[in-house]
Amino acid sequence: MTTTPVLEAVDETLETQGKPPLNVIYEWLTTVDHKKIGLMYICYALLFLVIGGFEAVLMRIQLAIPNNHFVSPQVFNQLFTMHGTTMVFFMGMPILFGMGNYLVPLMIGARDMAFPRLNAFSFWVSAFAGFLLYFSYIGGSGLYAAGSAPDVGWFAYAPLTSKVFSPGHSTDYWTLAVFLSGIGSIGTALNIVTTILCMRCKGMKMSRMPLLPWLYLVMSGLVFVAVSPLTAAQIMLTFDRYLGAHFFDTQAGGSAILWMHFFWIFGHPEVYVLVLPAFAFANEIIPVFSRKAMFGYPAMVAASVAIGFISLSVWAHHMFTAGLGPAGNTFFVFATMVISVPTGIKIFNWLATIWGGKIIFAVPMMFMVGFLFQFLIAGLTGIMLAAAPFNWQLSASYFVVAHFHYVLVGAIVFSLFGAFYYWYPKVTGKMMDETLGKWHFWLFLIGFHLTFDFMHIPGILGMPRRIYTYEDGRGWNTLNLIVGIGAIFQSVGTLILVYNMIRSYYKGKEAGHDPWDAWTLEWSVPSPPPSYNFAIEPTVNSRRPLWDLKHPEDPDTDYE
Amino acid sequence: MTTITTASRIPIDGPVETPWKLPYRGNVGMACLIIAESAIFIIFVVAYIYYIGKSLSGPTPAQVLELPIFGTICLLSSSIFVHLAVSSLRKENYRATTLHLAITVLLGTIFLATTAKEWYHLIHDEGLTIKTNLFGTTYYSLVGLHATHVVVGLIMLSLTLAFSLAGRVKEEHSEKLEVLSLYWHFVDAVWVVVFLVVYVLGR
Repeated sequence: MTTTPVLEAVDETLETQGKPPLNVIYEWLTTVDHKKIGLMYICYALLFLVIGGFEAVLMRIQLAIPNNHFVSPQVFNQLFTMHGTTMVFFMGMPILFGMGNYLVPLMIGARDMAFPRLNAFSFWVSAFAGFLLYFSYIGGSGLYAAGSAPDVGWFAYAPLTSKVFSPGHSTDYWTLAVFLSGIGSIGTALNIVTTILCMRCKGMKMSRMPLLPWLYLVMSGLVFVAVSPLTAAQIMLTFDRYLGAHFFDTQAGGSAILWMHFFWIFGHPEVYVLVLPAFAFANEIIPVFSRKAMFGYPAMVAASVAIGFISLSVWAHHMFTAGLGPAGNTFFVFATMVISVPTGIKIFNWLATIWGGKIIFAVPMMFMVGFLFQFLIAGLTGIMLAAAPFNWQLSASYFVVAHFHYVLVGAIVFSLFGAFYYWYPKVTGKMMDETLGKWHFWLFLIGFHLTFDFMHIPGILGMPRRIYTYEDGRGWNTLNLIVGIGAIFQSVGTLILVYNMIRSYYKGKEAGHDPWDAWTLEWSVPSPPPSYNFAIEPTVNSRRPLWDLKHPEDPDTDYE
Repeated sequence: MTTITTASRIPIDGPVETPWKLPYRGNVGMACLIIAESAIFIIFVVAYIYYIGKSLSGPTPAQVLELPIFGTICLLSSSIFVHLAVSSLRKENYRATTLHLAITVLLGTIFLATTAKEWYHLIHDEGLTIKTNLFGTTYYSLVGLHATHVVVGLIMLSLTLAFSLAGRVKEEHSEKLEVLSLYWHFVDAVWVVVFLVVYVLGR
């Protein structure tokens, strides 16, 4: 392994004042440092990952055997609503924004984000939104009794959300929480775009920027045009519920379909908002563990931008069963199928990067292989569901649930776990335990495939999603039991990850600057990075500045 | 005070594009905000257009709406004055800056007053509220959303005016005033769309 040549600098950062427990709390509550905010985002999202996962386990227990009454139907409705809302808005978005917050300034050689205070504001608004949503369990008087959570499904179709059908305040908690989370997301996305465009270090042209900031740029751009419509729709829903407006009031001529359009104009690009960062992690991790430069950098950038644009024109494939007419159906089938072209380009580029490389199967790379395989399968069932006639048959069945969990868990969560193992040494200065990491990987992989491979079949056999329980003798019993068993494997795997993260923080091996012999700027600073990031402002001349430092005899600049 | 090690900068300083100049973050941030806000307005405009003529009861736009020509002229011309304020600040002509800012605030306030008068007429004389029908729902939401943006812009412009009167706005602040002027231009541009949709297409 080659080492990075180093310079010495004098760190004159002042020690924080005050008594030990209070000053730490004060510092974290008032911080505007992108690394601390990023870590708070991640910790907060992990908390909601555990809560949302717990809700999923409860639902799987309920569905494990027929005619089960483990929870009541009302509670079941709340569970799937809260599970979906939590995982998308309070786990997925914050954790990806957290990673972006931490990594983007380090990778482009910047001191901090462009607007540090806006950054803190966005985080605290999002955090408040999550706690507001869960406060509904105590404060939201719903239809049944005082204190109940939203139960209208994560896409909250009209007119179920109107005052008549959802009395009390449980739906208002959902609306306000999603609205506030939208404000936070737009703020952070604005910050990421501005940071990337305005704060790059000397020499880092857009064509030399690592792919992670590139994909975060596209993702943030999507947030503007995807999350804003949802925010607008939440304003309308609030007007309906509080001021007596009629946007989605079918009794007064309002349209329930309009809500579907508004929701899915957000909902489908949102999938790409979540998956683009997963691609971003793969773009950083796969080359390092294949010991090769990324294959087809310009094609990767172009494909990401293309995905960003095309994803804006596919939303109504969630609405084939609503009856769009032949022209609408044809357009959205076609647009949805076209999006598999840039994603295919990405998969082939990753494969070409691995091809002929000296592959190191460390834990991050193992997760990446899982990601590649599962993302491919998820894409293939996606093409199946994009065909309108097939979709009419299987819409709102467990096949759909299995498909999108293949994307969200099989692709995004796997990539995210890989990213945890890859960047943990940078964040804490300690290596994560490889043996525990392999246990985590294999348990989670087995659990994932047990759950989500077998979930496709009851869908094809006709099991609708969101049902509370089912009769014996439909041939769904064994399959649902296997799905439930898989959930246990996944839970154990996740708990091992949490244990590994805590244990490694205290007992892990020292990581040093650059444990993976990587090439991007974040590995040139100490681990954990000092609050000012770079003691000396870096200057870059190629896409892999640390490669140039380590190999002055053969720098990348000769080839670009 | 501790000594830390850090990766050395790559010693070649020459080939880097000199001077290394990146866009001003205020402008980029405001551009992002404008994109996001545009998406919000587009959703409200789509809802407005979608519900044109779908109200189950009256009153209809043709019965109650009148073209707000005077308010529109005031708001659109305020864009010119905020632009003049920025350019005179660049030329360090501080008195002109203050004057142009004051005119901008005045014109914006007149626009708000005409909207308020229109709403008073609609609610008090015509009995149209947000509850009445789909026209009321979409009209008050869209025009109200725009008016909210005008209010926010006026608050920021008035703050700037107050600082300017106190002699605290100097040439080095011209970039920041330009960011504010971008927002104000955006609010005006949205009004053009709202005007066309509500008062021309919708009537």
